This record gives sequence, C-alpha cells and structure tokens, in this order.
Amino acid sequence: MSHPVSQSADKVIDHFTLFRQPEYKELLERKKTEFEYGHSDEEVARVSAWTKTEEYKEKNFAREAVVINPTKACQPIGAMFAAQGFEGTLPFVHGSQGCVAYYRTHLTRHFKEPNSAVSSSMTEDAAVFGGLNNMIDGLANAYALYKPKMIAVLTTCMAEVIGDDLSGFINNAKNKESVPADFPVPFAHTPAFVGSHIVGYDNMIKGVLTHFWGTSENFDTPKNEKINLIPGFDGFAVGNNRELKRIAGLFGIDLTILSDVSDNFDTPADGEYRMYDGGTPLEATKEAVHAKATISMQEYCTPQSLQFIKEKGQQVAKYNYPMGVTGTDELLMKLAELSGKPVPAELKLERGRLVDAIADSHTHLHGKRFAVYGDPDFCLGMSKFLMELGAEPVHILSTSGSKKWEKQVQKVLDASPFGKSGKAYGGKDLWHLRSLLFTDKVDYIIGNSYGKYLERDTKIPLIRLTYPIFDRHHHHRYPTWGYQGALNVLVRILDRIFEDMDANTNIVGETDYSFDLVR
Amino acid sequence: MSLSVNEGVDVKGLVDKVLEAYPEKSRKRRAKHLNVLEAEAKDCGVKSNIKSIPGVMTIRGCAYAGSKGVVWGPIKDMIHISHGPVGCGYYSWSGRRNYYVGDTGVDSWGTMHFTSDFQEKDIVFGGDKKLHKVIEEINELFPLVNGISIQSECPIGLIGDDIEAVARAKSEELGKPVVPVRCEGFRGVSQSLGHHIANDVIRDWIFEKTEPKEGFVSTPYDVTIIGDYNIGGDAWASRILLEEIGLRVIAQWSGDGTLAELENTPKAKVNLIHCYRSMNYIARHMEEKFGIPWMEYNFFGPSQIAESLRKIAALFDDTIKENAEKVIAKYQPMVDAVIAKFKPRLEGKKVMIYVGGLRPRHVVDAYHDLGMEIVGTGYEFAHNDDYQRTQHYVKEGTLIYDDVTAFELEKFVEVMRPDLVASGIKEKYVFQKMGLPFRQMHSWDYSGPYHGYDGFAIFARDMDLAINNPVWGIMKAPF
Repeated sequence: MSHPVSQSADKVIDHFTLFRQPEYKELLERKKTEFEYGHSDEEVARVSAWTKTEEYKEKNFAREAVVINPTKACQPIGAMFAAQGFEGTLPFVHGSQGCVAYYRTHLTRHFKEPNSAVSSSMTEDAAVFGGLNNMIDGLANAYALYKPKMIAVLTTCMAEVIGDDLSGFINNAKNKESVPADFPVPFAHTPAFVGSHIVGYDNMIKGVLTHFWGTSENFDTPKNEKINLIPGFDGFAVGNNRELKRIAGLFGIDLTILSDVSDNFDTPADGEYRMYDGGTPLEATKEAVHAKATISMQEYCTPQSLQFIKEKGQQVAKYNYPMGVTGTDELLMKLAELSGKPVPAELKLERGRLVDAIADSHTHLHGKRFAVYGDPDFCLGMSKFLMELGAEPVHILSTSGSKKWEKQVQKVLDASPFGKSGKAYGGKDLWHLRSLLFTDKVDYIIGNSYGKYLERDTKIPLIRLTYPIFDRHHHHRYPTWGYQGALNVLVRILDRIFEDMDANTNIVGETDYSFDLVR
Repeated sequence: MSLSVNEGVDVKGLVDKVLEAYPEKSRKRRAKHLNVLEAEAKDCGVKSNIKSIPGVMTIRGCAYAGSKGVVWGPIKDMIHISHGPVGCGYYSWSGRRNYYVGDTGVDSWGTMHFTSDFQEKDIVFGGDKKLHKVIEEINELFPLVNGISIQSECPIGLIGDDIEAVARAKSEELGKPVVPVRCEGFRGVSQSLGHHIANDVIRDWIFEKTEPKEGFVSTPYDVTIIGDYNIGGDAWASRILLEEIGLRVIAQWSGDGTLAELENTPKAKVNLIHCYRSMNYIARHMEEKFGIPWMEYNFFGPSQIAESLRKIAALFDDTIKENAEKVIAKYQPMVDAVIAKFKPRLEGKKVMIYVGGLRPRHVVDAYHDLGMEIVGTGYEFAHNDDYQRTQHYVKEGTLIYDDVTAFELEKFVEVMRPDLVASGIKEKYVFQKMGLPFRQMHSWDYSGPYHGYDGFAIFARDMDLAINNPVWGIMKAPF
C-alpha cells in the first residue's frame, strides 16, 4: 500500500485537504467495505430519502418521549449567566462538578472569553450524606482564592434530587466562617429537570434581588427617577447592553441594567487577565429597589422576577427581544413615557437611516420565506422584524416554547399579511424542524450554530443570530437591539441573501447571466 | 538540549507561595498534587485520582463526560441517549471533533443530541417507562441504527431507575444491542471513572452478548487501534501508517468506530493502545479473556512515531519489520523538511502543558523534536500509573501539577512566563489575555490531525503560528 507522501513542509495540509488525498480516500473506503459492516449504499439512500417525506414528518411529529437536537439548555447555565453580570460575582454551582465544566465551556466557546465559576464537587458520599460539607469548604476556598465581591449559589440536578437546602447550607457555612457573615451570597435553586436556561436566568435574577431587596412585599419603597432593565439570556449581550446604555445616555435616563455581562464577557487583551470586569455594581443592585420601573427585554426570561419587582411597588414593562423599527419604537416610547423625557433627536435620525436602509433593500427581502428558531422571546422579536421587512416567517420553533407562547406568536403573525404562512412550534426540536424544512420549504433559516446541520441537509442558507454561535466570530460584539442593532441584523440577512444569490449564479456560461455586478 | 529545565527559577518557592493562598485544610490537600521533578526520581511525586476540592475551580469534568463524551459518543452507527435532563447532552453536543464518515441522521449520529429530557414527573415517578418509549421512537425514526446506548446522567442513579432491565427487554425486542451505562456524573472524581465504566459495559454488554461478524476472515496481521478518538482525523493519520507497514486495522476504538468493529476486536492479534488512560481496562480484559496482547504506542512527533513503529513491527515477522523501516525512511525527508522549516522558529521556546490523561506526556517528545522545552505539565484525571509513565518524558526541574486549579495554573504561568500554554478551551482566553500564545490540546484548536507523520507537520505549523503571530507584540498600547 505504498503511495507518495502528500504532506509537505512547504505547504502543510490539514484535515480540510489531507483526507481528500487519494491515499486517504482509499483508506476510508477500505475501512468502510471491509470492517464497518454498514448498510448498503442503496439502503442508506432509500432511508435518507424517506426521512425527507411527509410520511416521515408525521412519524417524527408523533414523538412523545425522545428529544433530538433541542434548542434549549438546562437551568444552571442561565443562572450562571445571570450571576456573571453582577460586579465581582463568582457563581458557585452546588452539585456534581462536570456540569460546571460544561457551562463554562459552552459560554466560552460563544463569547471567546474566559468564564469563571466554581463547583462544590459533590461525589457519591455527598449523594448519600448531602453536600453541606462541600458547601462549607467550597465557599471558604472560593472566597480565599478568587476574592469575589459576591458569590451566587445555584444547583445542579444532583443537588436538587437529593434535596439540599441552599438557604440552610449557606447560613451554616457562614456560621462556620467560610465567608464573612455580611458577605453577599444570594442563591437560586435551579433544577435542570424544570424549564430550561431561561428559567434558570429568571431564578437567579430573582435570587439576587431577593437577597438585596428582602422577601417581603413593599409597595411603599420610596421611588426615584431611575429605571431598571433586565436584558435576559442573550448571546448578543455584549453589543446589546452597551447599545442600551448608549440609548439611555442619549435620553439622559439613569438606567440600571440588572445583570450586565457586557464588560465581563468582553475584556481587553492587554497583558492582564481580569477575572471579573464591569457588571452591575452591587450598590446599584441594592438601590435598584427604589427605581420607578423595571423593563424586561425578554418576557420568558423574567416572569418570576417581574412579579417580585411588581410586589416592590414598581411599574414593570415586558418585551419579547424587541428588534427592528417598531420593536425599537415601542421600547423608546416606553422609555420616554417612564422618564418623561422626549425621544432624543439623534435616535429619531437613526430611525430614519434604518428605514432608509430597509427601503433601499426591500426588493430582496419582500416575500422571502424564513424559518426562525431559538428562545421564545427571540423567535417573537425576530419574526416581527422579518414581517416588517416584507419577509415571511414560516416555521417558528422553540423547544422552550409553551402553548401560551404559541398563541402569542400566532397573534403576532395574525397582525400582518406577511404572517399568513407562519406557524409556531412550541416544545419541538431541530429534528422536527428538519422535517418541516423538507416538506414545506423556506428560503432561509435564522438560528444558531447548531443550525449548520440543517443547512447541510436541506441546502437552505443559515443566518446565525442567536446563542450559541461557535463557528463564526465576534458578531456578539455588535448589537441587535436599537435602530443600530436592527441595521446590523438587516445587513447580516442581506449579506447571506447576496452570497447565496452569487453562489447560485456563478456557473460560467450556464447561469452566470444572472451574476449581476449591481444588485 | 540540556538535561534539566527551569534552571535558576525557584519553582519550589513558587509552589509554596501559590499554596499560601489556600485555607489551611485545602492547602495541605493541594500540596500533595504539586511537585518539582527531581533527578533520579522514580515517579512524579504527586498524588492523583483523588477528589477535587470544592470551590477551587477544578478543570475536570465528570463520569458522563468520560463515557458519553469520550468512549461511547464516537461510535457512529449507534445512537447514544443522554438519559436524564437536557443539559448534559446539549453541552457535549458536537464538542469533541470526533471525525467520522457517514450520512448523519440516516446511518450515523455522531453530531446529534438525543435526550430523554427529564421533567419533574420523571424524577418523581421514575424514567424507565419513558426510556422504553425513547428507544422505541429512536428505532422507528432511525431504522438503520445498529445499537443504542443509555448514558446515565446524575438523577438516574439517585432515583433508583432500572435501566439494565429496560436495556435487556429492548435488546431482545429490537434484536439490536441496547447497552445501559451507569456513568452518572457524581460517580468517581473525574472523567476517568466514566472511561472505566464505559469499558466495563463494552465487556459485559458487547463482548458477552454479541459475536464477531460471521464471515470475518482473520489474517496474521490483524491489529486494532484502541484509545484514538479521531480528533480532527487522528486515527486516520495513524491507521495509514499501520496499513503501510502491512498490518490490517480491524477496529478503531472509538473515533470513526462502529459496533461491528467493537464486536470483531476479539479477533485481533494485538491491541494497540494510544490513550492508555481511557482504554487500558478493556485491553487488559482482552488479554485475560482472549489472550490478546496489547501494546502502548505514541504517534506524536517523529521520534516517538519511529520508535513506536519499530516496537509494533517487532511483534510481527521480518516483512513487517522491513516495511516499518521503509515507511520511516519514506517519511523522513518530509519530517526533515518540517523540522528544518519550523525548528529555527521554535527552538528553546518553553511550553506548559495541562490536558487530560494522556497528552501531558505523549506530546512531550513532539515538542522536543522541534527543539522546545517542557517546563511544566500535569493531568486532569491521570492515575499513578500515568505519572509513572510520564517521568521518563520530562526533565529534572519540571513543574508537575495534578488536577490543577484555575488559580494555581494562572499563578504558575504568570511567574514562569512560558512561550506557549497548551491546554483546553476554558484556559485559552485567560492566557491569551495575559499575552501568551496558546494552543488547545484537546481539540487541536479546530486543526489537526496531530497524530502520525502527516499530523506532525500540522502540529509544527500550528505551534509556529501560535507563537510567532504578531498579535502578541501589539498588546501594550504605546501611550
């Protein structure tokens, strides 16, 4: 089996080309035919074709138990994300240690940033006796080594199944002087078998606020002119939170973002590693109880938190990942209403520029059919924006979506002629979406990196606009909210449309009459 | 190259200083995991495979990661159910770059995520019924699946589910292997127990319950590759060399592997083990049960590759031995050219390694081949036998750290200022922000393969591009 050496020092070839060399192609073929005992090519082709049929779709949608390629993670990662948006905060995950390695890895791969969190490293003995000692030692170690200003405790499903009581454990640890008695240790129970990462986010926000604001109702808390805003679990938080702060600055509104990861998840490379950076100051978090109102940018990330805040006597307003012209209009008008200040002229100018851009490009968007998947709020905001562009959201899918959410999406679709082909799929996953894409085709998919497998199978171009994005870099540093953000989203969609157009018209002498220079 | 490293650096003093930050109880425990290698030492002088201390930011994972993520996940023609809540399977979905060839979703499922997505009612009432249904639905929607594994997440072992009973019933019903794996994340101290459990399940649920394929014709040259997960195509870049010296690789465990390859493995004449840590168990079992000898080899870097090829060939006849020499000679000009090109750019550069259970020793000589020095190394989940196997790779004065904490690694790197840190994704951005070149040594930083002669060229290129990128020179603002 001698063959020439394909590798060379001059031009080193890696997996992209190495395995396409004849010697490797032959090797793979030999492995397959002699040792794998797989199914015949014909059988594979037959089944492959079958998975694309209406019949398969019906079977697929009849599933009751197995979940395949879901668009949801578990509670703790959402809680960890929420905790990491507070000043100097170290998340402490009570339970098995592997979970923390997974959450850190996931967030790191998206933000391309370090992600710090510790585990109480519970093992079999803790499963039997409970994890109290792990909490006592763990808090002491974390406090000594990492010098946080706050430790936010959350749980893995292991600790939840055995029923560890965080409140009692933390008090116990404080009695044992693991951390000073007045050191803030908010907590949230975050069972992975209830809800998903968006519920975990809500639980941690509520946990932190409960810690600083107390548990009792207090409608009489003196109010000031400040406004709080909770962004929700958002992969674009770095760009978005900064954009929100800029907008608030233009208004002259004193805005407190409750959980602001934008600096913590975007630290500079200048020779110094910052384990903590930025975040909502603890003092501001405490003070936030006196704000006149709290805005939630993602309703489904904050139901319990908003209820809690309401009970403190604040006005609350909730949005569903507001994007685009009218989405931003609504948000800005709410800010104007709450603050009593007019929408700044500069923002009005930005609005005009955004509408101008849409007008310039509308011909390429009108009537284009989209599948949208992701978290419930993202799906709502994205679908609204698409309809505003004259595009049609067709399949709108969220594994975290409920029946209530489906109805809400339907209402949004019903409000526009561009929503007539749309349908919401709550509790469904990306394998369901695969069937939908084969049986009721769309032009583009909007989702995250996991959608690349759908793109490969269906050849429908994917636009990555929601968490997690592992295989494209740095988009999260640009906002998707505000008029500026809407412009970014518009350009991302248009770029993909134009790239797709060029790719479909570039065969010399065959299709390239449509390979237009000007589009 | 000198026989020792870190000369003139007070590494012991550094260790002591770093330990000072710990509360006393933890300081005593951590001290046992840190050491500076002494001349003539018989091992690395660290304790290992011990529980991580709570709250210190261990880099380790869990048993589920060791079983689903490492051993079972890459078997491409089986579907691996992440049994329990949704997260574990979600986070480990397509994370490890176990390359394979197949029609994903039709006859292969490596980059898909299957879960029973436990809800509260499953915790309260048990999940066995649901598991039955999950398996039925999988078999109906994916009729070409050759087997199914049940990868237990934490709650399974805590709520008393009988997944073995479900597996037995379903195996019989479907006529396909359904294997239960008790790899709950709270078991053991790291990924390592997950490897062991996964190995034992192959022993008990594949070897015990299935047969080698009918019609499989043996030859005297049949070997297997055990413990190569085909990261970026590593196993292929290894397989090609074994085939070139005249051997027949009848199974890959488990990168690009199939159920049939597992079943046929007892037909091998010798099992060749790359990742000793994760798969020595099954090799030892096959030695006892089937009398198949096993041998460790190392396909990182030309020195080790040549040595390994000769050692492997020595187990066979003269033809194979001659072939091995021919293959080594054939690749030598390419290797020489790679070294001529990259060594001048890398010579004398200092590296600190922190990886899993094999590479902290296995990649050392590949760096040496490029004239680089290893000033520190350590494992996430090694056992004592790994540290024994490490000692001859590294030099006197090397800092050894077992189950290092983020705090320790950061402090060690800060003071020792190596030219390259070779570790994982959780460590990557910490050190890059400190201005240090970094390579991910679990995933090959999305490059690879690194195994074999073809892989060495890529390894050399990648170390060069990390260390000699201009970005490290513009970290400091001129104002």
